Amino acid sequence: MSLLELDGVTAAYDRTPILRGVDLSVDEGEIVGVMGKNGVGKTTLLKTVMGLLEPTEGTIRYAGADVTSASADERARAGIGYIPQGRDVFPKLTVEQNIRMGEKIRADSDETLYDQIYGYFPILDERANQDAGTLSGGQQQMLAIARALVSNPDLLLLDEPSEGIQPSIVGQISEDMQAINEDLGTTILFVEQNLGVIREMADRCYAMERGEIVDEVGPTTLADEDAIAEYLAV
Amino acid sequence: MVNGINLALQFLDSFAFIVLAAAGLAIIFGIMGVINLAHGEFILVGAYATTLSATKLGLPLAAAMLVGTLVTAAFGVVVERFVISGAVPNWIGQRTVGRDFVEPLYDRLADSMVATFGLSLIMVQGARVVFGNSIDTVGTPFGNIAYGAFSYSTYRIVLSGVSIALLVGVYYIFTRTEYGMTARATIQDEETARALGVDTERIYMATFAIGSGLAGLTGALFAPTLSMQPTLGDQFLVEAFVAVVVGGPSVVLGTALSGGVLGAIQAVFTNLYGTFFGRIALLAAAMVALRFLPDGITGFIETVQSRRQEGE
Repeated sequence: MSLLELDGVTAAYDRTPILRGVDLSVDEGEIVGVMGKNGVGKTTLLKTVMGLLEPTEGTIRYAGADVTSASADERARAGIGYIPQGRDVFPKLTVEQNIRMGEKIRADSDETLYDQIYGYFPILDERANQDAGTLSGGQQQMLAIARALVSNPDLLLLDEPSEGIQPSIVGQISEDMQAINEDLGTTILFVEQNLGVIREMADRCYAMERGEIVDEVGPTTLADEDAIAEYLAV
Repeated sequence: MVNGINLALQFLDSFAFIVLAAAGLAIIFGIMGVINLAHGEFILVGAYATTLSATKLGLPLAAAMLVGTLVTAAFGVVVERFVISGAVPNWIGQRTVGRDFVEPLYDRLADSMVATFGLSLIMVQGARVVFGNSIDTVGTPFGNIAYGAFSYSTYRIVLSGVSIALLVGVYYIFTRTEYGMTARATIQDEETARALGVDTERIYMATFAIGSGLAGLTGALFAPTLSMQPTLGDQFLVEAFVAVVVGGPSVVLGTALSGGVLGAIQAVFTNLYGTFFGRIALLAAAMVALRFLPDGITGFIETVQSRRQEGE
């Protein structure tokens, strides 16, 4: 059953359209990638799904309900988690306070979830009382993932997890995301331009160009490096 | 010896005045990015509401002060909904012509100044039309303490205690409570806070109510010491702005430090050369401070801290 469904979604900043009639669906339990170069509208796509930007046309259905005009905080409470590009941790709150910000969303987050999250990212437990702004890029990415996870989301939106992070940590984060998908059953929709991350993480992938979905790539094609490199070529 | 006591009392008096005048303005500016030029008139609302509920309704002074604070907080919510966030005009707009009429004034410094300056004019004239050029005052409680050839109003010493309690209270609210943490997250990154389920509109409304309530409390506390005129807010506005600007980005620490520094300077000059030169020294000190510390005292502290961290 599809958890998220976008039907002809068009979104714009001021009058400039960024998304043009995007159709996309994500099934429960899947990890779906959206690949594309800089500026094709990947971030805008996730912001529109999160409700930070209202579509001018089209509908967004989540868990069977029409959420097209629901606000971001309503969607968060309905179970959509968001990990923004560049992490956007709260720099002057401590690591622990950042995570607690995520916990406020839903009442059903419990202590065992914390243990599980610290299991993936033990460094966050060690640095609990440090200001988040003092963490490295990779650690901030882990913190942003943890902050989204404590609300126990059903759908996690992840914006360019590899951006500005050391290659060694990128591989670890991809593995963590797959483990999270498997252990917690969290459905993941991520956007990315790093070929390695897409191939490693995604079950299925959409290709995006100039605000439109131009192709859908199944597992077989994902294995073919040359075929998907084409979508990211300059 | 006697002169030393004079100086100490003078300092406490200046400190209390600066901190109480600035607290509400600092919170609204620091968290919402709104410069409230009607701040003095929010103090007016608190002072009038306190005085009228004491003289007309016969409430005891402490209860009247509570009424003054709450009335101003409620008034702040109305202003926030109608003017600052524009939620009410936009609600009407959506139902009549199907679009918003106004954009919220959050983080629009110049625009918020113009809007609140207009509000301030309306409020001063409104008070004059409704209540006339002055209203009866309540007397200053507690009498005087005498030492040597001098005497000093006990109430003003009480006010300095209140100002310190207020700083502690505000610090507690913003660092230890659920609301405080959410409010700080909202200032640091509004979009992410919303994506984490924070209803940021409610946070802004609560913040404006708290800031307005503090302005109302200031009006309530000073009501027994002032003559009740529609322009009484003016005398607070200058000190409030100077304190906020000199204090810098950190609301509580900044207000406390600038209250301390500016209060000390004002006290010394008032003691030596009289009230007039005390005020001039305060403004001169603010100008010098801004020349050398353009981000205020706490901005300077932050710069030093981050430099030290980079050096490590």
